[in-house]
Amino acid sequence: MSRIDKRFAALRAEGRAGFVTFITAGDPDHETCARLLAGLPAAGADVIELGMPFSDPMADGPSIEAAGLRALAKGASMQMTLKLVRDFRQKDNDTPIVLMGYFNPISAYGVDRFLVDAKAAGVDGLIVVDLPPEEDDELCLPAVKAGIHFIRLATPTTDEQRLPAVLANTSGFLYYVSIAGITGAAAADPDAVGKAVARIKKHTKIPVAVGFGIRDGKRAAEIARVADAAVVGTALVERVAEAQIKGIDPADHVLALVRDLSKAIRGVAKAAA
Amino acid sequence: MTMLNSYRSGPDEKGHFGKFGGRFVAETLMPLILDLEKHYAAAKSDPAFRAEMDYLLKDYVGRPSPLYYAEPFTKHLGGAKIYFKREELNHTGAHKINNCIGQILLAKRMGKTRIIAETGAGQHGVATATVAARFGLPCVIYMGEVDIERQQPNVFRMKLLGAEVRAVKSGSRTLKDAMNEALRDWVTNVHDTFYIIGTVAGPHPYPMLVRDFQSVIGEETRVQMMEKEGRIPDSLVACIGGGSNAMGLFHPFLDDKDVQIYAVEAAGEGLETTRHAASLAKGVPGVLHGNRTYLLQDADGQITEAHTISAGLDYPGIGPEHAWLHDVGRANYVSATDKEALDAFQLCSRLEGIIPALESSHALAHVIKLAPKLPKDHLMAVCLSGRGDKDIYTVAKALGVKL
Repeated sequence: MSRIDKRFAALRAEGRAGFVTFITAGDPDHETCARLLAGLPAAGADVIELGMPFSDPMADGPSIEAAGLRALAKGASMQMTLKLVRDFRQKDNDTPIVLMGYFNPISAYGVDRFLVDAKAAGVDGLIVVDLPPEEDDELCLPAVKAGIHFIRLATPTTDEQRLPAVLANTSGFLYYVSIAGITGAAAADPDAVGKAVARIKKHTKIPVAVGFGIRDGKRAAEIARVADAAVVGTALVERVAEAQIKGIDPADHVLALVRDLSKAIRGVAKAAA
Repeated sequence: MTMLNSYRSGPDEKGHFGKFGGRFVAETLMPLILDLEKHYAAAKSDPAFRAEMDYLLKDYVGRPSPLYYAEPFTKHLGGAKIYFKREELNHTGAHKINNCIGQILLAKRMGKTRIIAETGAGQHGVATATVAARFGLPCVIYMGEVDIERQQPNVFRMKLLGAEVRAVKSGSRTLKDAMNEALRDWVTNVHDTFYIIGTVAGPHPYPMLVRDFQSVIGEETRVQMMEKEGRIPDSLVACIGGGSNAMGLFHPFLDDKDVQIYAVEAAGEGLETTRHAASLAKGVPGVLHGNRTYLLQDADGQITEAHTISAGLDYPGIGPEHAWLHDVGRANYVSATDKEALDAFQLCSRLEGIIPALESSHALAHVIKLAPKLPKDHLMAVCLSGRGDKDIYTVAKALGVKL
């Protein structure tokens, strides 16, 4: 059983939704990011998505784009991203880490070498925004073969006809993007999300995490009621920028919000499966 | 050179030209891209679509564009007989409109009610704003802040045509960033919005359909050269950023093995510097904006900024079919610097009474190098892809003239 499967099994047993946190690797710099990463599990993160910085993040809004550019300006690279994971694993062998980003930096690193190094570092899954099922040969199939989950995004435009293609070769969890849009955009209404999750669940047994538009505890709790996990990214990386302006420690500032959101999500009881 | 039965059979059903191309887009866009492919296939075999396209190209765009014997230019260089394919005489002043007519008719077929596009030099933006006005659809054009600065006349033109021009402030604030922003808009408004991509790049089927819509350039050139000279050209020359005017001229001739093909990339301040836009000469294959192609990038896969005096060539990638033609050796990819393009710009203006676009001036710069070495019976067709009125401020600045 993989770390991701174990974590979702534990969440089911606990009878609550999971909390997936997204931060950008190397933001605002390597050392601060390493401290932030190390602090996430204790602050309540159940699964960690670590963004691989890219110069041209076409599916991200201004906040996550800015986070990537901050990181790149401070020397972030694929090697440094994998080092963050490797160092994190020295102390935490349970919290799943999913690398999220775009294909080009992986392609430049070399797919085979990337999978070997990512697996060795302790990466559990990959979310690659610009690799739809039509391009599964590129990375998805080799990743699955290497024992790394390939986690797909489903969106409101993913209809019944397309859903099976999206679910094929997907494992760990499915990431349901609650609106057609970019990261940091407005939220979808919880009823619509609930219906979409129910529709997806007719086709699959894997957990469904829901992201996009979750900025506060209230919203996180609403999503926790209808999904297996809530994903928060933009609100966290915005705290990094805010901390820099205020001259306070970005790691502390992000972790404070993670604790608040975690509390909200943990406050939603579900029937244990 | 790899010998193939045909160089014109691509792409395959997954949108690949050899290892290039593909559909590297977010899941949100995938259903739409598959739908576009279906609608395009249906449109291609629909005589009514072809008829409407032909009508608009003739009476609205002004096609066919002339194939003009550039006698002064030819005599000045003293070698090959040079013909200009006068795409700059099209309505809106460039080849871009050929593709926009095709795509807006597809948008109409698909029931889309809002148009978006990216633009570099502003030529594609103007062409898109034009067809959007003609078909009564609201239109948003994304344009990098740097390009807005250097292409003021086209910005005003787009506004006159009723388009909203949105300044893109991210990244290098040029064409690639405008394309990122257009993709973000598209992901957000996928239900009602059609993205008119301006070049032979992006996810499949765009490189194919833009090529098909631009192939009218090469098809006319073939017929016109036969009429004038009784044979097809010996060589073709076109500038290349994303590569749509070049692909339009080249594609109908790819299987004419004796036709030499030259595509001219922008070498900016020189290929030996980091300030150029020569994706094929200096890039490596990677994935950006929906396709695999040659890209200017660093060792970590981060896209680096392109630099050229010509806003229309200021892009760190190139269409995937060009990447393939480069690898199989069917076309020669060469380059011209800012300075060479500026010299060609002035020479053409003085000798021919035609002010060429800075983009097209790159093609002319290579003609200046190539033609003198060739015999007088060598027929060379050059794509004069756009007119240079939009560039006079940039050129004046480069020449130290205050307007």
